[in-house]
Amino acid sequence: MNEHPTTAAAAPVARLIEEFHKLPGVGPKSAQRLTYYLLRMPAAEARALAEAILEVKERITFCSACQNVTDVNPCRICASDRRDRTMICVVEEPLDILALERSGSYQGLYHVLHGAISPMDGIGPEELKIEELLSRLRSEEVQEVILATNPNLEGEATAMYLTRLLRPLGPKVTRLASGLPVGGDLEYADDVTLSRALEGRQEAQG
Amino acid sequence: MGTPRIYKTEAIVLRQRKMGEADRVLTLHTLTHGKLDAKAKGVRKTTSRMAGHLQPLNRCMVQLVQGRTMEIIAGCETLESFQPLREDLDRLSRALYAAELADRFLAERVEAVATYRLLQETLRHLQGDADVDLVLRRYEMKLLEHAGFRPELDRCLGCEVPMGPQRNFFSPMAGGTLCPSCGAGTAGSRMLSADGLKVLRLLQRASYKEIERLNIPPALAQEVERHQRSYIACVLERDVNAAAFVERLRREQQPLQI
Repeated sequence: MNEHPTTAAAAPVARLIEEFHKLPGVGPKSAQRLTYYLLRMPAAEARALAEAILEVKERITFCSACQNVTDVNPCRICASDRRDRTMICVVEEPLDILALERSGSYQGLYHVLHGAISPMDGIGPEELKIEELLSRLRSEEVQEVILATNPNLEGEATAMYLTRLLRPLGPKVTRLASGLPVGGDLEYADDVTLSRALEGRQEAQG
Repeated sequence: MGTPRIYKTEAIVLRQRKMGEADRVLTLHTLTHGKLDAKAKGVRKTTSRMAGHLQPLNRCMVQLVQGRTMEIIAGCETLESFQPLREDLDRLSRALYAAELADRFLAERVEAVATYRLLQETLRHLQGDADVDLVLRRYEMKLLEHAGFRPELDRCLGCEVPMGPQRNFFSPMAGGTLCPSCGAGTAGSRMLSADGLKVLRLLQRASYKEIERLNIPPALAQEVERHQRSYIACVLERDVNAAAFVERLRREQQPLQI
């Protein structure tokens, strides 16, 4: 049973299984299933998938301003004249922009750090797009920087580090509020969340 | 007697890594079962009821279910969240260093109550008024002792004469102090000042209460830190990741103080 399970398959099939196996969340069984699904797929569809993968790799770059993934540089948000250019919202990952855009409540610009400070994993500030953010602040008319890193240990560490760095440069530095999630139960909230929710309480509307 | 399939224990969360769509694998330092990895399901969703309780450095009561490859966290409740550590980057960086060091020294699933209590006490003292770096130095000394790597500071490891109040040497490879004549020719040994030796000895036996009153000049603190770091790197055979971040914060603080 020491033999690798894919060696029984034809070489091109084994190769595809190996490639799928490298993807996040795809185990050996899922990799085999995906491969055999592709084998039965019409050639045109398989080609479309292959082309889509190539196109992503060839045409997508990072926006020179906000570091978001984009096919045009500067990206559509940075180039738009409908966005408020005095605000920059700093996020960890490009996916966070999608989430914020879905909410439809933010009209400013973004900046993607591509990660968060994680000292124990050896990820320091130099691994993130912080230098790029600083140079934007020096050259653009930014009045407020919103730190929208995740409300976990790494995100908080990153926010604190950025606060130290950005404060002396002039703009107002704010942090996303944290508190009770919509649809959550008070009794299950941890004390940090609860105390923050109390600190950030607002006059009731009604 | 084996561990029951479902059990409850107190634990400090040492570190975490993402897994799959919304899960995390946490490295827990449990009070009763030593260090172990446990899967926390769905904690990356905002609706997770456990996420807030399972942040690194939290001390919590966890309910664990033995799984096929690792324990699964069935429930948890915060006992101590060390909030002041999370609101101050200098304290937080030191606390993360302490947690990483514990992670690196502990063997998996070997009960280590003394180390658990030491880490808990250290996290508490990192919140207080004491010099955070001295707290770390004392923590390192105690941790080394618990792990069986207490450095020799009373005698020369070459000729066994008691160490005198002069310039001596410290050798990470030998595991402690060397007298001037033995140390001079030993590769990897570094000069250790008389005051440096005093501080190292004090860190070995003093309590945190005594450390709080201690005030030592920066150059001496640096010397002590250098010796302890190099000894730890020698024992672990690797650098401690979080040390680089602590270093960086210290460097970036410098111009502001002038």
